[in-house]
Amino acid sequence: MSGLMSGSVDDGDEAVARDMERRRFVQLLGMGGLVFAAGPSGIRRLGRLAETAVPVDPFSPHAYIALREDGTVTITCHRSEMGQGIRTTMPMIIADEMEADWARCRVEQAVGDERKYGSQNTDGSTSIRLFLTKYREAGATVRALLEHAAAKQWGTDVSEVRARQHTVIHERSGRSLSFGALVATARSLPMPEKTSVRVKSPSERRWQGKKMPSIDLVPMTTGTAIYGADVRLPGMKVAVIAHPPVWGGRVRSFDARAALRVPGVEKVLHIPEPPLPAGYNTVGGLAVVARNTWAAIQGRAALRIVWDDGPHASYDSVAYRAELEASVRKPGTAGRVVGNVEEALASAPRTLEREYYMPHLSHAQMEPVVAIAQAVNGTVEVWAPTQSPQDARGTVAKYLGTDESKVTVHVTLLGGAFGRKSKPDYICEAAWLSREVGVPVRVQWTREDDLRNSYYHTVAAHRLEAGFDGNGTVTAWRHRVAYPAIDAIFAQDVEGPGPDDLTNGASDIPYAIPNIRVEVCPAVAHTRIGWYRSVNAIHHGFAIGSFIDELAVESKKDPAKYLLDLLGPDRVVDLSKDGLVAPASNYGGTWTDYPLDTGRARRVVELAIEKSGWGTPLPSGRGRGIAMHRSFLTYVAMVVEVDVAADGTVSVPRATVATDAGFVANPDRARSQMEGAVIMGMSNTLYSEISFRNGRVVQSNYPSYPVTRMRTAPHTVDVHLVESEALPGGIGEPAVPPSAAAICNAIWDATGVRIRQLPVGRQLAGARARTTDPDGQDR
Amino acid sequence: MISFSVNGTRRSFDGDPAMPLLWYLRDDLELTGTRYGCGVGSCGACTVHLDGRAVRACQTKMSELTGKEVTTIEGLHPHGEHPLQIAWREIDVPQCGYCQSGQIMKAAELLRSTPHPTDRQIDNAMNGNICRCGTYPRIRGAIKLAAEKRS
Ligand code: FES
Ligand code: FES
Repeated sequence: MSGLMSGSVDDGDEAVARDMERRRFVQLLGMGGLVFAAGPSGIRRLGRLAETAVPVDPFSPHAYIALREDGTVTITCHRSEMGQGIRTTMPMIIADEMEADWARCRVEQAVGDERKYGSQNTDGSTSIRLFLTKYREAGATVRALLEHAAAKQWGTDVSEVRARQHTVIHERSGRSLSFGALVATARSLPMPEKTSVRVKSPSERRWQGKKMPSIDLVPMTTGTAIYGADVRLPGMKVAVIAHPPVWGGRVRSFDARAALRVPGVEKVLHIPEPPLPAGYNTVGGLAVVARNTWAAIQGRAALRIVWDDGPHASYDSVAYRAELEASVRKPGTAGRVVGNVEEALASAPRTLEREYYMPHLSHAQMEPVVAIAQAVNGTVEVWAPTQSPQDARGTVAKYLGTDESKVTVHVTLLGGAFGRKSKPDYICEAAWLSREVGVPVRVQWTREDDLRNSYYHTVAAHRLEAGFDGNGTVTAWRHRVAYPAIDAIFAQDVEGPGPDDLTNGASDIPYAIPNIRVEVCPAVAHTRIGWYRSVNAIHHGFAIGSFIDELAVESKKDPAKYLLDLLGPDRVVDLSKDGLVAPASNYGGTWTDYPLDTGRARRVVELAIEKSGWGTPLPSGRGRGIAMHRSFLTYVAMVVEVDVAADGTVSVPRATVATDAGFVANPDRARSQMEGAVIMGMSNTLYSEISFRNGRVVQSNYPSYPVTRMRTAPHTVDVHLVESEALPGGIGEPAVPPSAAAICNAIWDATGVRIRQLPVGRQLAGARARTTDPDGQDR
Repeated sequence: MISFSVNGTRRSFDGDPAMPLLWYLRDDLELTGTRYGCGVGSCGACTVHLDGRAVRACQTKMSELTGKEVTTIEGLHPHGEHPLQIAWREIDVPQCGYCQSGQIMKAAELLRSTPHPTDRQIDNAMNGNICRCGTYPRIRGAIKLAAEKRS
């Protein structure tokens, strides 16, 4: 971190003193990184944090910012940390605007309180794109307040003073006052008028837009980081739950005698199964409460349960796929209409129809879901890895029939989440069980529970039809898609997503095609569907990116050049006025703030082409593929290089990712998200599949639900971020959607095998690598 | 009664000898740096050293510990400054961080036996440790950096 401090060192002695101070605080930041606000005193594991405690009564001029007279600045992070680095980036933006010394800032994690902090729902790649301005204004407001306080103490005009690295300076007289020394005066002042608050200009920024190392690096590399299962409460029990294996199933009868004979097992409780669709609530089941985790796991294994499987007992992925495919072969509800696609298809010199299929996925985040709750004396206190403490708070309150004010949700670090932990079902379980047994309870899901009781990424079938001429120019584009909707967890008889779901890169495509019709076709859910990193943009991106590559091949064009041609001339389009059927959502942004800018799409494609060495020769067995997708208001193009071994194993030696996400606050964390997205994209494309038989999930653990491992993972992920001051787009999700198509297009380039259903799995086992033929004449 | 040591402290255990070491470390000793990821030996999140060899704590029964020395991530280096831990921080490897205890423990075994591993040796050694966040390229880089710095 020392590199950041270069602007603030004064003379020799002071520099040494400051350096020591800095190291002390860096240590606080590192070791005490995860400080829980106002936990009960009996939490042993958190005891060591007491040494970091500073005197009470801090001055909190803003919900995110507190100052103490010893100069400590505490920044409260209200968003959940799940690997994207928000616990570093958010405080860094505020400290920068505030002119605070980073070494004297500490970070606390907010409890769930939406009214105080604004939305805490950490999903949709929103932390920066919804809050950048708010963070900047918060920091700048407190900087202005401290400047006013100094001006008041000196009796000067505020225009003559300025804050610089934890000090306010009066340049003319050479006087200065530290932030800590200004706290008393600042307390008595009104907050500065909005008009007197000035957010920094780009040249004044110290850290925004530059690499800032994560504040959690020391705990994460020494095993001291606190995740969901790591909090310890006195007298805490551990519960492992047998959930109904079928969505909507219930316990018909059970025999717990053997379970209760397992040493350490204390109780078996029946958590009531709610009526479907159950929303965020637990699906219920039998909970084994024990003195430790091992006893609970063994007790659960010893339960004998007869289930009533309920209405989804026949859910079968093979049969369901046929249903989805039948659905997309009939007209659906239009989400975008431009021109007259029927006529254009009928009159086109050539047409191409293709279908694509993508199965359910599960997040398989490394930390299985887990929650700790203490529901005694009418209050509920929760510690959990949750993406949405506000939803957790509201859902738990409702579930237990109590008021939100009685529920406190502390957020631990999340050992991965990817959307799974935005649903608080497991937190409801811990709260309910703690209330029943009268002591704190940790609900521990096993990996098998996690994979078999997830809120799954949807399963999707696509049918694409294009009309084009001899030059490959596309004149007609008809796209039909069917998949069960997330809405089905909240309401019965949902017939599939609304047309609005298509604005995940299906109806809002950036291509210059005069006749477009995008339709959504019916599909009823038979399991819990939920958000999974990048959501519907994953299968939209796979189908569209693959189809464009197929059109390029049919037209005998280079796929990269074809993609650029299809984008057409640069246009800035308000799609709500260009055929999108209302409500035409735009990831929560307005079409005015975030129009579709095809020039940005073109630039990322060009950048990926240039940086990847597109077109240069590759050894036999290797191939390159390209795809581009706009999602979460960010434009990502990707060139992936694959190596297909003789046995059909695919590895990705190299990927080039070009991203235009507007202003990027912490580029290194953005890069790491892009790297991770390529690797998660590989899992989605090559390995992973959740399938159902008799209503039950077939897979159970990583051996049957493979994800990317070191051997096939890229050696190089070149990430190129377009430098920009434009409004920020998302970072965590947008690089996943183009990855599946880029990989499959590269597989085609390497082998001549076109992948139209995921995962690739063993589909290439018999494929032989192509030896020659770079332009696709003779497959 | 089973006697062994953990991070240099002598311990004894008279509970279920079939209990995996993972739950003993996490529940009994509160050494929560050793993580639970799969419980079936497939993810490496629970990797610890047993007499210097990397093993999966979820697949190691308490009965196998007699006379053995267990080292967890908390005991890898007294000040958390093993060359790998330093390299991990320099390259900013972790995303969510959950898998990283296991990654570092596995990499520490690799570097002890192979001070200058090739890419292939790294891939083979680390293939059993899943990182769902996808930090593999940085893990490779950090292992190489630590190896370079040592020489
Ligand atoms: S938890 Fe032991 S290998 Fe996964
Ligand atoms: S850093 Fe999240 S699983 Fe590896």
